[in-house]
Amino acid sequence: MKVGLEVRDFSINYGSVCAIHDLSFHIVPGELVAVIGSNGSGKSTLIRALSGLVSPNEGSASWNGISLLGKKPEELVRQGIVHVSEGRSVIPELTVSENLALGGLWRRDKSDVAIATEESLALFPALASRLNQRADSLSGGERQMLAIARALISRPQLLLLDEPSLGLAPLVIEQIFLTISHLRNQFGLTVLLVEQNALSALKIADRGLILNLGELVKTGTPAELIADPELRAAYLGF
Amino acid sequence: MFIDTLLIGVSSGAIYSLMALALVLVWRSTRVVNFAQSGQAVLSTYIGYEISARTHNYWISLPLAILAGAILGSLVDLLFMRLLLGRAKSGPIGEIAPVIATLGLLGLIQSFIGLIWGNAFLHYASPLSGKGFTFGSHTIPFSPQNLFIVIASAAVLAIFGIIFKYTDLGLALRAASFQPEIAQLAGIRVNRIRNIGWAFAGAAGAVAGAVITPTSTLSPNSLDLLFVSGFIAAVIGGLDSLVGAVVGGLVLGIGFSFILQYIGGSVTFLVGFIILMVVLLIRPRGIFGNKVSRRA
Repeated sequence: MKVGLEVRDFSINYGSVCAIHDLSFHIVPGELVAVIGSNGSGKSTLIRALSGLVSPNEGSASWNGISLLGKKPEELVRQGIVHVSEGRSVIPELTVSENLALGGLWRRDKSDVAIATEESLALFPALASRLNQRADSLSGGERQMLAIARALISRPQLLLLDEPSLGLAPLVIEQIFLTISHLRNQFGLTVLLVEQNALSALKIADRGLILNLGELVKTGTPAELIADPELRAAYLGF
Repeated sequence: MFIDTLLIGVSSGAIYSLMALALVLVWRSTRVVNFAQSGQAVLSTYIGYEISARTHNYWISLPLAILAGAILGSLVDLLFMRLLLGRAKSGPIGEIAPVIATLGLLGLIQSFIGLIWGNAFLHYASPLSGKGFTFGSHTIPFSPQNLFIVIASAAVLAIFGIIFKYTDLGLALRAASFQPEIAQLAGIRVNRIRNIGWAFAGAAGAVAGAVITPTSTLSPNSLDLLFVSGFIAAVIGGLDSLVGAVVGGLVLGIGFSFILQYIGGSVTFLVGFIILMVVLLIRPRGIFGNKVSRRA
């Protein structure tokens, strides 16, 4: 049994379209791995399969030796796997504090929920002063912070982040990525970060996986990937 | 006379609100207009009638009828709607199939009632008087049973309001209906929560049936007109909004009451549909409907 996230021979088809083909990789606990690829590279599909939103046609995925497959997202959350989906995963009709509370609703240990909520608000002080506002009154960056804060209240072990930088201003992106890096260091979280914004993601990642048309093109440290001129031109966009 | 008419309007409006609330609860979580709602409500009322006939106690039958309504709502979801929504997601009739199916279910429930109890008009009696309160020599058309209808409806609406606004269950119900996928990713067992929503809807319909029926008679179709009024009220309120359902119900009830009093009974229902048309033409999303339609 391997600890951490083990994905083996993963294939996912949407009808006759192959979104992920024969993908295998391994992430050790505490690692921050960026999955880089353009639109249609299958990176969002990968993350949706790991959080139980779609089922792979073939292959296996496990977290610390326990299979993730065939389980619903709400069960995987209880197993410590929390997915912050693309496009600010908050519920706009609810207030900030209600959105935060969602992350702890399923948990029995309410005193730890309170502690986790305080920790999250300390991490994102901008949210603390806006607890009673509806989430749709927040800026894009604040919504992303709220989504991450809610995920933290579930006390995740593996955090799956789908394009947290999407549609945000460069300064805000920098702040979000710094926070993600800080989270890994402070809480020892394992983070799988799916990103189109290759440079920002590789800046904070321990390792990058480059996907193209559902297949793994290359894996390596950010320095190795950035040093490869072909990869840079074809996939990294800088 | 004005106060009398208003009181009667509030009494019938409260019942429309309950029926509208039942429809909204289901619509919000499953995007299905549940035409079987009147069937569920009338079956719950028959169960209340049966218990009342055996125990000779309306006050025992009422909570049991509500419980039956809740269980029935939950079963309709578990045994019928969940299977259907799982199978009929796409295709040309994907969206409409579950709605049509609820019409089928309505027929099924009403035929089942006919088989068990027959189609004759039955009397589900309440110990409260149906005769209007008397002040001096003036008897108003508002009876103790009408008062009970208003109190019971207000209590149900208040309980739902408190649950939705102030409890974890209410937060889960709202999250699951607004954004089911995000709710799931936050760890909420959306199917289970939806089922509770169906049970609440069934209970609301059962309250409506069990408190209004003592003012008239019980038959397999006796709540159909109430359902139509509840549906109009729900649409006026935006179909998505719990507050809208209550306001829509009251507007319609009071409106009907004044028309009945000052214009005549023959046009009341016509006016209901005119109000519906006008609201839909001016504000297609209803008075309390969301500006942006949500993802289903």
